[in-house]
Amino acid sequence: MAENEFDFSGLEKRLSVSRRTFLKFCAGVAASLGLPGHAAMAMAAAVADPKKRPPVIWLHGQECTGPTEALLRSEQPSLEHLILDLISLDYHQTLDSGAGHQVEEIKKKSMQENKGKYLLVIEGAIPVKDDGIYCKIAGETMLDLTHEAAEHAAAIVAYGSCASWGGVQAASPNPTGAQGAPQVLKGKTVVTIPGCPPNPANFIGTVLYFVTYGKLPPIDEYGRPKWAYGRLVHENCYRRPHFDAGRFATEFGDEGHRKGWCLYKLGCKGPETYNNCPSLEYNNVGGNVWPIGVGHPCFGCSEQGVGFEKPMFSLSRVLTHAPPNMFPEIESREDVSGMSTTAAALTGAAVGAVVGATAMAAKKLNEKEGDQD
Amino acid sequence: MSAYQPLGGRIFTKPFIVLFIIFLIGCFFMYQRFVVGGMGAVSNLNDGYAWGIWVVYDIMIGTAFACGGYALAFTVYVFNKGKYHPLVRPAVLASLLGYALGGFSAFFDMGRFWQFYEIFLPGNWNFNSAMLEVGLCVTAYIIILALEFAPALLERLGMHGLLKALNKVLFLIIALGVLLPTMHQSSLGSLLIAMGHKVHPLWQSMHLQPLFALLSALIMGFSIVVFEASSAAVGFGRKPETPLLAGLGKAVIGLLAAFLVIRLIVLMVQGRLGLIFAGDFASMMFILETALFVVPLYILLSPTRSRRGSQLLIAAVSMLLGGAMYRFDAYLITYNPGPGYSYFPSAPEIMITLGIIALEIMIYLVAVKLLPVLHREEHA
Repeated sequence: MAENEFDFSGLEKRLSVSRRTFLKFCAGVAASLGLPGHAAMAMAAAVADPKKRPPVIWLHGQECTGPTEALLRSEQPSLEHLILDLISLDYHQTLDSGAGHQVEEIKKKSMQENKGKYLLVIEGAIPVKDDGIYCKIAGETMLDLTHEAAEHAAAIVAYGSCASWGGVQAASPNPTGAQGAPQVLKGKTVVTIPGCPPNPANFIGTVLYFVTYGKLPPIDEYGRPKWAYGRLVHENCYRRPHFDAGRFATEFGDEGHRKGWCLYKLGCKGPETYNNCPSLEYNNVGGNVWPIGVGHPCFGCSEQGVGFEKPMFSLSRVLTHAPPNMFPEIESREDVSGMSTTAAALTGAAVGAVVGATAMAAKKLNEKEGDQD
Repeated sequence: MSAYQPLGGRIFTKPFIVLFIIFLIGCFFMYQRFVVGGMGAVSNLNDGYAWGIWVVYDIMIGTAFACGGYALAFTVYVFNKGKYHPLVRPAVLASLLGYALGGFSAFFDMGRFWQFYEIFLPGNWNFNSAMLEVGLCVTAYIIILALEFAPALLERLGMHGLLKALNKVLFLIIALGVLLPTMHQSSLGSLLIAMGHKVHPLWQSMHLQPLFALLSALIMGFSIVVFEASSAAVGFGRKPETPLLAGLGKAVIGLLAAFLVIRLIVLMVQGRLGLIFAGDFASMMFILETALFVVPLYILLSPTRSRRGSQLLIAAVSMLLGGAMYRFDAYLITYNPGPGYSYFPSAPEIMITLGIIALEIMIYLVAVKLLPVLHREEHA
């Protein structure tokens, strides 16, 4: 058995989690990625083997540090421990203990030493107007820093909506010309993990996949990993049956809202937003903790052209099928009593006719055969 | 000279007129269902019972009744029993009618029947759906049956060139005629798997559902051939084909025994044998249904009885009723969609189904009189 070959004792110490908790976590990640059971073991092995730790350069542009905060807030055997253990985080403006010239130097050194091997994570939008002067770090524009770091990166991950397409920074009128990493780094493959903030599970799943298999998971045309962004929020929403049955909340606090009906008419953007929120929820506290779960329509934060662009309470464009204006009632016929006298008589007549005709035919056949004998 | 000949004779006989009246009443309610009031106006279907007799009788049971062509194709072409050939054409005709009208009946039950064409667009296909398999396969089989029956029509119209060409590829069509029913008849059983716990435990055999569906379809297929041939003998005053039918009877013994034995073993393994004697409605239905399968087994196993045409007919009808009950029980009678729901077909619903059956028999009567369907009698 492959799993017995690994020694998890070191890992238990490093992550301060039990082997059991750790393997459960890996199995969970593998399952949400849609990978088979042995992938969990492969991931566990990749984490337990510290030789493979890839160096990570983490850039921050125009943003609120929400994605990083989301990552640090996450639970499940302390995800920040895992991610920090999994990778060698050489440069991260929020988490670096050093500051100023010191960290900039370490970054340059790491990028030089690990040419073509490091993982570049971009968080925040990149302003391009006026040569990108609206966001500067250590005297250099974010635009230049991004190009510089991207040139020799093994893989590039845009973490959060701002980095994915511009997010709130790119909202009209977009005075700084903010853009996402894929728009700035044309011609390069950029994996995007949109969301405001993005679900850390989507990030950790993608990174674990990269660490385990040395390549990126399958992505869609916007660079989103298909395992996380392959389906609309609408498709797996637990309020979906209400949508299909035509039961909508039309005001906050009305009867439908209190009963947990569909929030589509309150402007829920679930029908046009690709994300796995209904399955993973948020913050790992369970109990339906995510916007729709707590009674607020989906904002479409992870969908370009929806979040920060469409008014919060305007109806979304339903990508699956639009609901009709009228729905048939579904409960009124429950007590159909059924058998009417006519129906019973007809059934009896039909069965009787078959049995009677058979009896007559059998009799005639008997006579015929009797003649022959 | 063909071995088959049209029966000839008057078309507008008394039974024909009675059937025609039933059909007209059915037409009236079809008009109500499609044009005037919709499904709710004529049927007792509700959210608990989304399938009523239109599906369960017209499709589930109707297509099993129409398995005569399938059963005979198996016997004649797979097991190479050429002596049963005289029974093939009437069986194929009955199958064609049963399937075509069963397919037509599906439209009664479709809320948005005008979107039916969508099932033929490959982009819409969900390969995990047993219903897709049934929908496509039944459609294909109707075409195959039409081609299998085409020689009768071509002979009648004197289109010998086309007939020759068709005969060259007929073996392929017949092969499909064996394959396709095997596929969709078992899928009809798979639909019960999808219904899960709503199906009564005595009928919910899970992954063996397709096997039971297939076995019962074959049993009903052989029975309907016996039934048709006997009816033709009585109704048209022809010589009974008892020796041939007795041979078919022997073929059914194995199927019947397999059906009953596997059924009991499954219930035993599932630990549900006790439910048979629970004394409730479902257990009564199970006992009645099983009796309908045991009686023909008793008749067919007896060397003297199994040679008498009248006894064969009784056995066949018993098996047909048993097979029909098996499906009725599983899909409707003991089906439990949850509290508050009940279903018994409304009179208009029944009349539509009866109208379709009447139409089926009418077309059959006309076809055997005008087309070379029935075998030429040897000593007429």
